[in-house]
Amino acid sequence: MYRYDEFDAAFVRQRVKQFRGQVERRLAGELSEDEFKPLRLMNGLYLQLHAYMLRVAVPYGTLSSRQMLKLASIARDYDRGYGHFTTRQNIQYNWPQLQDVPDILDELAEVEMHAIQTSGNCIRNVTADHFAGAAADEIEDPRIYAEIIRQWSSLHPEFSFLPRKFKIAITGAPNDRAAVRFHDIGLQVRRNEAGEVGFEVIVGGGLGRTPVIGTTIRKFLPKQHLLSYLEAILRVYNQLGRRDNLYKARIKILVQQTGAETFKDLVEDEWQQIKDGALDLPAEEIERIEAYFAPPAFETLEANQPAFEARRFEDRDFARWVRSNVTAHKAPGYACVTISLKPEGEAPGDASAEQMEVVADLAERLSCDEIRVTHEQNLVLPHVKLTDLAEVWETLAANGLGTPNVGLVSDMIACPGLDYCNLANARSIPVAQRISQRFSDLKKQHEIGDLKIKISGCINACGHHHVGHIGILGVDKKGEEFYQITLGGSADENAAVGKILGPAFSYDDVVDAIESIVDTYLELRGDGERFNDTYARVGAAPFKEKLYAAA
Amino acid sequence: MPLLKNGQVIADSWTALAEDAAPEGDVIVSLEQWQADRETLRAHNGRLGLRLKSDQSPAELADDLGRFDLIALEFPRFGDGRAYSYARLLRERYGFTGELRAVGNVLRDQLFFMVRCGFDSFEVADDKAVAGWQEAMSEVSVLYQPTGDGRQTAFALRRGAANR
Ligand code: HEM
Ligand code: SF4
Repeated sequence: MYRYDEFDAAFVRQRVKQFRGQVERRLAGELSEDEFKPLRLMNGLYLQLHAYMLRVAVPYGTLSSRQMLKLASIARDYDRGYGHFTTRQNIQYNWPQLQDVPDILDELAEVEMHAIQTSGNCIRNVTADHFAGAAADEIEDPRIYAEIIRQWSSLHPEFSFLPRKFKIAITGAPNDRAAVRFHDIGLQVRRNEAGEVGFEVIVGGGLGRTPVIGTTIRKFLPKQHLLSYLEAILRVYNQLGRRDNLYKARIKILVQQTGAETFKDLVEDEWQQIKDGALDLPAEEIERIEAYFAPPAFETLEANQPAFEARRFEDRDFARWVRSNVTAHKAPGYACVTISLKPEGEAPGDASAEQMEVVADLAERLSCDEIRVTHEQNLVLPHVKLTDLAEVWETLAANGLGTPNVGLVSDMIACPGLDYCNLANARSIPVAQRISQRFSDLKKQHEIGDLKIKISGCINACGHHHVGHIGILGVDKKGEEFYQITLGGSADENAAVGKILGPAFSYDDVVDAIESIVDTYLELRGDGERFNDTYARVGAAPFKEKLYAAA
Repeated sequence: MPLLKNGQVIADSWTALAEDAAPEGDVIVSLEQWQADRETLRAHNGRLGLRLKSDQSPAELADDLGRFDLIALEFPRFGDGRAYSYARLLRERYGFTGELRAVGNVLRDQLFFMVRCGFDSFEVADDKAVAGWQEAMSEVSVLYQPTGDGRQTAFALRRGAANR
């Protein structure tokens, strides 16, 4: 893992001190709320319906157990004993007091963490594949580059007042677990014909009210040019991005309005002027950062572990959990464990201080001291020996963390919706809870298999409904909550925006509708077909027939 | 509005050229005035300054920049950050060495970003920015981005340390 050196440590300390000064000036009335707002937003502090909310960065979703313990103690000391893991691999606290925030930031700095640029119209915390460094399909560990970008983007003097927030995601593997086609900039590590490693650069993807799949503007960017190329894109956007309309300010709209080809030319022209300059990344610098992400010393193990196999054979519950929550690791005898934060009937992504401590302890003892946060709001123990899986599972299960539903129907993303958000048309979390109750039979969920349901309470799309295999969008019909359903969305390497199926359903009917869609899929699916495969083959008609015939 | 330079409040020797007035002394003209009256203004025997709105890119007048001793870039709102890019382009690409002035809604907590992008004078909104200057310049000393301001980045310092 990356460790701060003297420079990073001084930077974060200075930044906390600076923010402490800003809070003091606010509390003393020297700064109005209007003047304070952009300053607090640059430190992840939002003012919500009921209170302040603090969003803490988990750079590229990687945490040590010491860091997780700190997150737990902050939840206990400054919040109500909970934290909420987000779709951008961060953690949010919903009840901090303004005067406590500088102290919280000081505590975070002790474990090399901060809240810088988790909000505001700047370059946000860079996200990465949650299996980075462990995945079998990886070309290179994307966190090396995410860390380089983190440093370059920290308080960038030119790009701290962009037209809108700016999100960058990076994946090191061909199987995209970081949704790189739905970010302002997506980077995909690629190997060219000469065997060199670089990046495919994708620009202008996003969700929100105008979902757009990003466009590749460069098929291969050699590593040393990473920062100059990013600076060129940001410079074009900072000058030309729209500032007259909040909903047209993202780079995706600029790319659409100028045309992808013209946009690419603008970037390439700018880049020609600055490449091979001060932003050039020498190989030694990349190696220096790479050294921090050197794989842990894995033991040499057999890929086949009889004790593990035997347990799996004997214990159906364990076997079921392994099937959904355990993924292949690059080292023989190891596996990646995904911890579900979606138990039946709970708000997706919430974890209590006690649960964070349990995860921290498991990570320290049994996962090379590493934890990851996923963009689907779960946690990961990336390096667990097969022979330790049973112990991990038992401990998780004893603490409400053993739900075997990763990637299944009840592993939903749902935005806060009407219960917490003043922009909402409709409730989201209660719909998610009712769906997970309807499919509470885990055996059935496993039969259905891989299925992503995503729910947003309005068109801002915080719940990513556009990229759900089944997407649910809350709409307002004459003051009543209704839900529009889309099918066929996907955030991975087969990026697609879901298509609207037909008229929306009432709050009472929406769960029946989802069940009908799932039943149609089960009736029609061919061997090994996942939901989107079947949908692509048969189209919307059979789903509609069954769904609307009844009505 | 106080004018800050090197942390001191100084008297402003410049005046904005009024509509249809003849230029006298050090005058700042708008882009529209410059475009309408380029030849007359060029011949003016005092110093010339140019004031650009946040949607007026200096790239459009790269060839004229040598005539100006001052360029003032507007920040109409805290959140409108276009002029940070313009400033860097002026300094780092077009080699502008005159006074680069930030005008409009210029607040204490933006000053350091502005300095790093190449501004050297500031028409600040109020005295808070004047009082806060010293602190604003020194509160964050670790810099991760090379700009044209000559300051050492963490990257350069690390390499320096490694080569020692
Ligand atoms: C009170 C709560 C919230 C409010 C008022 C809110 C508001 C918004 C608004 C206005 C947008 C549209 C921004 C744009 O189009 O540029 C947006 C987008 C988004 N929000 Fe939220 N949000 C809330 C909570 C959340 C939560 C809890 C999450 C994650 C768990 C979240 C994740 C996102 C994401 C991922 C986007 C996607 C748009 C994109 O990046 O393309 N939001 N939100
Ligand atoms: S999608 Fe709409 S309802 Fe849901 S959190 Fe975002 S803004 Fe609120």
